Amino acid sequence: MIVTEGLVKTFGKLVAVDGVSFTVNDGELFGFLGPNGAGKTTTINILTTLMRPTSGRALVGGYDVVSEAEKVRRIVGLVPQDITVDDDLTGWENLMLQAGLYHIPRSEARRRAAEVLELVGLSDAAGRRVETYSGGMRKRLELAAGLLHDPEILFLDEPTLGLDVQTRAAIWEYITRLRRELGMTVFLTTHYMDEADSLCERVAIIDRGKIRALGTPSDLKASLGGSIIDLEIVNGGSADVMSILGRVDAVRRVSLADGVYRLSVDNGEEGLPAILENLLRSGVRVSRVVMRKPTLDEVFLEYTGRKLRDETGSWEEAFRQRMIVRRMRT
Amino acid sequence: MMNLLMELQALVGRELRKWVRSPFLLFMTMVQPVIWMGLFGKAFNLTAILNISDDVLAQLPPYITSQLGEAFNSIMASLLGASGLDYFTYMSVGMLSIVVLFTSMSTGMSVAWDRRLGFLNKLLAAPIKRGTIIFSKVLSSVIRSVVQALMVMAISIAFGARYSLSSPISLPAALASLFLLSLGLSSLFVSLGVRLKSWESQMAVMNLLNLPLMFASNALYPIRMMPSWLQSIASVNPISYAVDAVRQSLLYGPAADPSKLLLDLGAVAVFAAAFTAIGVLIADRGLRRG
Repeated sequence: MIVTEGLVKTFGKLVAVDGVSFTVNDGELFGFLGPNGAGKTTTINILTTLMRPTSGRALVGGYDVVSEAEKVRRIVGLVPQDITVDDDLTGWENLMLQAGLYHIPRSEARRRAAEVLELVGLSDAAGRRVETYSGGMRKRLELAAGLLHDPEILFLDEPTLGLDVQTRAAIWEYITRLRRELGMTVFLTTHYMDEADSLCERVAIIDRGKIRALGTPSDLKASLGGSIIDLEIVNGGSADVMSILGRVDAVRRVSLADGVYRLSVDNGEEGLPAILENLLRSGVRVSRVVMRKPTLDEVFLEYTGRKLRDETGSWEEAFRQRMIVRRMRT
Repeated sequence: MMNLLMELQALVGRELRKWVRSPFLLFMTMVQPVIWMGLFGKAFNLTAILNISDDVLAQLPPYITSQLGEAFNSIMASLLGASGLDYFTYMSVGMLSIVVLFTSMSTGMSVAWDRRLGFLNKLLAAPIKRGTIIFSKVLSSVIRSVVQALMVMAISIAFGARYSLSSPISLPAALASLFLLSLGLSSLFVSLGVRLKSWESQMAVMNLLNLPLMFASNALYPIRMMPSWLQSIASVNPISYAVDAVRQSLLYGPAADPSKLLLDLGAVAVFAAAFTAIGVLIADRGLRRG
């Protein structure tokens, strides 16, 4: 179990983590979702004892990350964003190195290494030097190393960053197997919405150091209404389209962007006929209708007021902040 | 205790594996001292200055040549520490300590790489003693230094260096001196590597230390030939003591001075103890979490 209360971490003037509180239950797969520079890695660094919080408290597996750091280190596994397995060693040697760091006796280490290599599908490549591995294989070895000492809680920092689609899917599969077969508590950060959606039982949306929303992906999506309907009107429509739509019971919210009306609707399948009927009755002709279920992207937009992807304006800002955090961290 | 041994075995094992598995790097670190020996040792042949050509010698009366010989021998003895030494032999022994210096420096640099590649974070997230991280670096550096010094010793003998062991404990004494020097220097450079977080500033500091440590010592020239201000620097340079200890034990043969050897070893031991202690302290603080 992970409990944080009012966690704050500042680097000079930059507030990387700004009063973060959440609880992760035993055996849960919990996702920390946010853009680059949102404070995800800083939070992981605090929870894995690599950094001290400026203020606030965090308990990992019941141990305080500051006063009982040593105990926390024993029960957590960390798969960092960077590839830290050693190129000059073989996959097997990397795991034996890891075993030494966690004081696992030789015979047990061999047995565990064989197990985790099997789990990530690297048994055949174990005898080869890591420099011959592909990016995806390195990441899988990194995952195996994080699992070797059978941690109670596994931290995965951007486990699929920079990987191709197939490898990403494979990593997802390993993570879900961990959960299913080992019942491990997994805390992962990602900025891929689809990843959080399909993997995590609960997600926290973090932006600029603050948690903006927290819940199961389906609850978060449901909070936006059951469906999203995009409407385009013939001849651009007129001013009263907004009020016509607003009068329909099923419609919760309407917005207009680039000539497209975006409606949040509780039950799209039943609401759509009523909406179209109302529009037709008022003489408004609809040229195009798209109905879909909301995704976490829309949830993110809803709670942070901006899009996670293609945020051209703030990309540089986010990158700059990330570099500051990196520099302060090292 | 068992845990500490496992941690050390894992981390020192990693360093040594990386070392023997990059033959190119090993080759390059060996090439450098060999080039130094070739260029300096063979070109700056100090002893050749005192050579008198045979036709001049033939014209001199015998008592003058014998007096000249004595005078030259005493000059050489006072400069190089013993008569009958050639400069190449003299400096190639100095190179052993320089190899130790280079190797210790490269260990310091490897700390910066471990940090940059995220490996250091992986170690910090593991339940190991912070001191082990430092100690394993220093230990592997000492092993590499001494082995590489022995390799340079073999190469110098192949190139014509004439060693003259004074007693059965000569070789152990020389190795002890190199071991202690490496312990002190590695601790110094590893703690610098931990404290100076950027790779660039580390390069700058190491380059700054490299030349004075190397040249303000008796490794390449006799200290007596230096101006007095340089002599005073060289006399506090641990490399001077380590080099003299190796010369006393491997070169001077019967002319060796056991009390000087003990004094040298004592000085290097004090240096090693002080810098290991300072290094562990500094590095431990540097590895604490921000």
